[in-house]
Amino acid sequence: MSDFWSMGGYARYVWPCFGFAAIVVAWNIWAARRSLRAAKQRASRTVAMAASESP
Amino acid sequence: MWTWFYKLASPPYVYDVAARLIPWLFGVAALTIGYGLIDGLGIAPPDYQQGEAFRMIYVHVPAAILSVTIYTLMAVASAVALIWRIKVGHAVAAASAPIGASFTLMTLVTGSLWGKPMWGTYWAWDPRLTSELILLFLYAGVMSLRAAFEDPARGDRAAALLSVVGVVNVPIVHFSVVWWNSLHQGSTIVTLEGPKMPGSMLWPLLSMWLGFMLFYGAVLCIRVQGEVLNRERQSAWVREAVRS
Repeated sequence: MSDFWSMGGYARYVWPCFGFAAIVVAWNIWAARRSLRAAKQRASRTVAMAASESP
Repeated sequence: MWTWFYKLASPPYVYDVAARLIPWLFGVAALTIGYGLIDGLGIAPPDYQQGEAFRMIYVHVPAAILSVTIYTLMAVASAVALIWRIKVGHAVAAASAPIGASFTLMTLVTGSLWGKPMWGTYWAWDPRLTSELILLFLYAGVMSLRAAFEDPARGDRAAALLSVVGVVNVPIVHFSVVWWNSLHQGSTIVTLEGPKMPGSMLWPLLSMWLGFMLFYGAVLCIRVQGEVLNRERQSAWVREAVRS
């Protein structure tokens, strides 16, 4: 198992490489969800404003 | 024959389809990336020249392919939006830009981590590396141009124009290793003689590539929903969508 983690002496390049990829993947999910949530909030505010203006 | 095209131009239809696709895209992406990681990191044999370091290919190459594919799709969506005045095109382009930029950054970082042990340097002003860096700047330019206008519709048009013009960089990235002397190696997967790589190394790579594409699709669907809502706030269907 320690053979696996040492990656033939390239561990300090291979693992940061996969680690950075994981960070980018996680950021994509987080940022996309946040932007959708913001858009939904903005849309419901617009809808609420339109409803309060009409008699 | 054109009905699918008209449907794809309809914001409520796109909003609905995107919502339904998300779990499937994430699910299959997780399976293919999971298989690719296990096989690529644990089972595929080490390279005869690069040893275990070659395993960085399993994130670097899919990210690199995605960085140019997303740019191309963004440019096509922008062109469709400009030519036929289809708002959904702008929504798809706006949703693609941050995802493409993140995968371009992933390509540059994973590539430089691979470059250090193989070439002895994290960075060189090499044609392939430089054109990929320009791709990152193009994404950044498209995103900031869209945000720079008071009127979102004008921001959309300006960003679309830059996206379409910037697409000249895509063949430059692709052919840079052929046209100029580059540290970067040439294509190994798609060549006239077929893949220059044994199946034991190739299958996990193809699986990772498919997984990354599906992951882009899933994140795109989430972002497209938001971009469509931003552009359609005043319409009746949004009232229904927000209420539910």
